[in-house]
Amino acid sequence: MVAVAKTKSRTKLAEQAHFRTLRLPSPFQPRLEALAAQQDWYDWAGYKAPHALWDDELEYFAIRSQAALFDISPMVKYRIEGPDAEAFLNRVTLRNVTKLKPGRVHYTAWCDDEGYVLDDGTLFRFSADRFRLCCQERHLPWLLDSAIGYEVSVVEETQEVAGLALQGPTSFAVLRDAGFKGVEKLKIFDLAEFPHEKGSVTISRTGFTGDLGYELFVPVKQALSLWDRLIEGGKLHGIRPMGYTALNRARIEAGLIVANADFVTGDSAIRTDRLRMPDEIGLGFMIDPAKGHFNGRRAILDARQNKTLKHVLVGLEIEGNIPAEHAIVYHRGKREVGLVSAAIWSPTAKRNIAIASLQRPYGDTVVDDLWVEIYAMRELQYHKLMKRAKVVPRPFIKLDRRTANPPGER
Amino acid sequence: MTSFDAIVVGGGHNGIVAATLLAKAGRRVALLEARPELGGPARTEEFAPGFRVSVAHILNRLHPEVVKALDLEANGLVLDASDMPSVALSADGEPLILTGAYGEGLSGASASEAQAWSELRAQLIRYAGILKPMLARRPPDLSGMTFGETSALGMIGLSLRRLGKEDMRDFLRMFLMNVADVSDDCLTDDRLKGLLAFDAVMGSHLGPRSPTSLLGLYYRLAGEIGGKAGAQITPSGGMGAVITAMASAARKAGVQVRTDALVARINVQDARVTGVALGSGEELTAPIVLAATNPFAALMELTGPRNFDTGFVRKVTNIRMKGSVAKLHLALDGLPGFKGVAEQDLRGRLVFAPSTNHVERAFNPSKYGGFSPEPVMEIVLPSISDTSLAPAGGCVLSANIMFAPYALKEGWEKGKPKFLKAVMAQLERVAPGIGKQVRHAELLTPPDIEQRYRMPGGHWHHGELQADQMLMSRPVAGWSGYDTPVDGLYLGGAGSHPGGGISGVPGLNAARRVLARKG
Ligand SMILES: Cc1cc2nc3c(=O)[nH]c(=O)nc-3n(C[C@H](O)[C@H](O)[C@H](O)COP(=O)(O)OP(=O)(O)OC[C@H]3O[C@@H](n4cnc5c(N)ncnc54)[C@H](O)[C@@H]3O)c2cc1C
Repeated sequence: MVAVAKTKSRTKLAEQAHFRTLRLPSPFQPRLEALAAQQDWYDWAGYKAPHALWDDELEYFAIRSQAALFDISPMVKYRIEGPDAEAFLNRVTLRNVTKLKPGRVHYTAWCDDEGYVLDDGTLFRFSADRFRLCCQERHLPWLLDSAIGYEVSVVEETQEVAGLALQGPTSFAVLRDAGFKGVEKLKIFDLAEFPHEKGSVTISRTGFTGDLGYELFVPVKQALSLWDRLIEGGKLHGIRPMGYTALNRARIEAGLIVANADFVTGDSAIRTDRLRMPDEIGLGFMIDPAKGHFNGRRAILDARQNKTLKHVLVGLEIEGNIPAEHAIVYHRGKREVGLVSAAIWSPTAKRNIAIASLQRPYGDTVVDDLWVEIYAMRELQYHKLMKRAKVVPRPFIKLDRRTANPPGER
Repeated sequence: MTSFDAIVVGGGHNGIVAATLLAKAGRRVALLEARPELGGPARTEEFAPGFRVSVAHILNRLHPEVVKALDLEANGLVLDASDMPSVALSADGEPLILTGAYGEGLSGASASEAQAWSELRAQLIRYAGILKPMLARRPPDLSGMTFGETSALGMIGLSLRRLGKEDMRDFLRMFLMNVADVSDDCLTDDRLKGLLAFDAVMGSHLGPRSPTSLLGLYYRLAGEIGGKAGAQITPSGGMGAVITAMASAARKAGVQVRTDALVARINVQDARVTGVALGSGEELTAPIVLAATNPFAALMELTGPRNFDTGFVRKVTNIRMKGSVAKLHLALDGLPGFKGVAEQDLRGRLVFAPSTNHVERAFNPSKYGGFSPEPVMEIVLPSISDTSLAPAGGCVLSANIMFAPYALKEGWEKGKPKFLKAVMAQLERVAPGIGKQVRHAELLTPPDIEQRYRMPGGHWHHGELQADQMLMSRPVAGWSGYDTPVDGLYLGGAGSHPGGGISGVPGLNAARRVLARKG
């Protein structure tokens, strides 16, 4: 009796191992831990992820002049399959999925009934009726409720699928030397399957850096062998694993936005004035009113017609070299008109750049005389700087190698 | 002709009202009913050779504006307000009789109880009167109210003020109370308290002690017949006579009435309604489709979730609409005798709900998918006032029985004979010998009602009428104004504000909404 009770309580304890590891380990954890000289970890959707492994500057320059390897396993992934998968995704997401051919990827977003963005992400189309949706936040209840009336299955596969981003000018050479035959055929936003061990890896020519780059997905069992294969293939091409700080710099240069950094997602916003429509965060290009019904269509088209859009997301170039992170934006130095959500001194553009959310008409029709107020902490004292800001197009950098065919080798 | 200005789906009473109003405003209207006859559960039909009955058996809330707008009296409806008493049957003793409109008089009670009742009754009717305009008009549209809506809301505020401070405080205090606590506060007679408990929860999945159950009684008392709040009648010709009069008004107004016309699909193109497709494959077009069927059926089955946003689909699929009322029809050899009930009172409404606790106990098992061995019921003998409903010498008994859970755990196929036995045993207690008079019995469970009348869940109100599914939240929050996210598609059945019962108000309001929208 006693013995049984003891085993029972032990099994119960074992079942609750997640209390001991508050953050899930990535499938690549053994490799990351071995390299993580900084031990600077953060929480990415419940996973333990590195800000930097050794040095974020070197890691950034690996993106721009070598090849950087970034673990994207924590990205939330959904497997969406079935005869109605296309119709389902066309209803849920903004862009026209009928235009997405098998073997292609597109960047998209999705909204609630009021037209507020719930998240953005990438949609991979493997075949006529098989997709993968990748994003920041979890949306299973929403996706399942959206599936009412469709013959489609939606399964979260975040924990089953490991992902790596390989980014930088030598990334193609790394893949080639790692033995992925035919990878040179991938054009930007193409995807294909390649043999790996007894199974296969999905490689797409995609990324979050604005550079030449690829993303690779494998079942978690093959995660470590894939990592090792890439490191081996990249030996002579300067491959370097990296953390988020470096990636974040690259993505700002590429003018890409991050959910819950540059806008608050619909489900997580507590304050109603934080919600954003696609047109308010630079995603208006995704909207295809002619494609038939999609979530938020009515609200989005109404807002366009009634001109009730309140915000606009812009790229800013700011004088000087002090990053304006989270600075308030002013018109004529007096009227508060918005906030900078991300800013860096761009080593590649050699400009002081920022992504900001402004209240229309500022940033939309009124773009002159904008200023940002930067508080620079210098030895326990703020230096308050009023710097001129200019609205500039995104991306802040445009690298031909990102789209060049065949892909360059360095 | 296959092209119309408006198509009304569903020839229940609300559909007929809506179609008639639209036609009177000059629209070319088609009214499509799946069944061979109009009226839904209000139609009168034969259930045994020579015996006829309607599922909805008592008229207590047909709105005066509907009577007027359709000129129902000129179309043959006789609303004779000759008093129909409510008889609160008791298991062992004498019944209590509420005469006049909802107990203006009370016989069989002590003098002090009669006094207490007359005070409570006045209070309840006063408070129901405050809700009355709210239960008649389109619910206020919280974003962008028109001047008319704002002033209507203002009037309600004003009528509250007119109550006086103490009365207003009481109104607000009692608003979300349960009926059991209210009647315990004021009354002592179990028969009377049982009757109030029964009336408050009739048609809902609530027990008398469930919070907010008093709202059901207010809803009931907000109804009127012949200008008298709380009054009730069994129209001569049965409830079917109401439908006949409405249908006559519809035809006179030029409505093209088509029965045996099952709508299989509501067509939508570019977020705009374009018409309907019939089960036969025939297509009819119209820029306006008003569905006076259950909202879930109209939106999710006929229109389809693909035409709506996910959040909206979520709301609609979450409307609670599992019915709790079963219907018993008995073809009897002769007039049954009810213990202690004088023959002239047999034309009344006989309620067997001998105490609050009895009603609560009848409710309890239904929460878990069972039924009580002692169900409570409301009995009417409609063939007394309308002899055409039964062959000479025969008698029709029509009873609403609670609580019959939609999803009975053991399944209705097995459970139905057991439930019928329990019901008959209860009847035998109050009408000894009635079992021997039965020539034919028909028991309709909620799934039977669902099937026969195309009412999902077999629900009285096409969706629970509880605080969270009323007013601005009916049928779903944000869409209480009869329109839907699909342009040109409107809802106008009992599932819309204010709710069910033969009132005609949802249909009336929906038609008015259509007319207000398109000049
Ligand atoms: C057991 C029971 C007893 C009741 N007793 C009473 C009572 O005594 N007094 C009272 O006032 N109320 C009573 N009610 C409530 C009342 O019957 C309803 O609230 C009322 O019928 C609702 O009217 P309606 O016109 O909105 O819908 P319904 O009366 O349900 O009419 C809808 C109509 O639409 C038709 N339809 C549905 N789908 C389609 C389709 N796809 N194509 C074409 N046609 C379609 C149906 O056949 C039906 O005729 C009772 C209800 C029940 C269940």
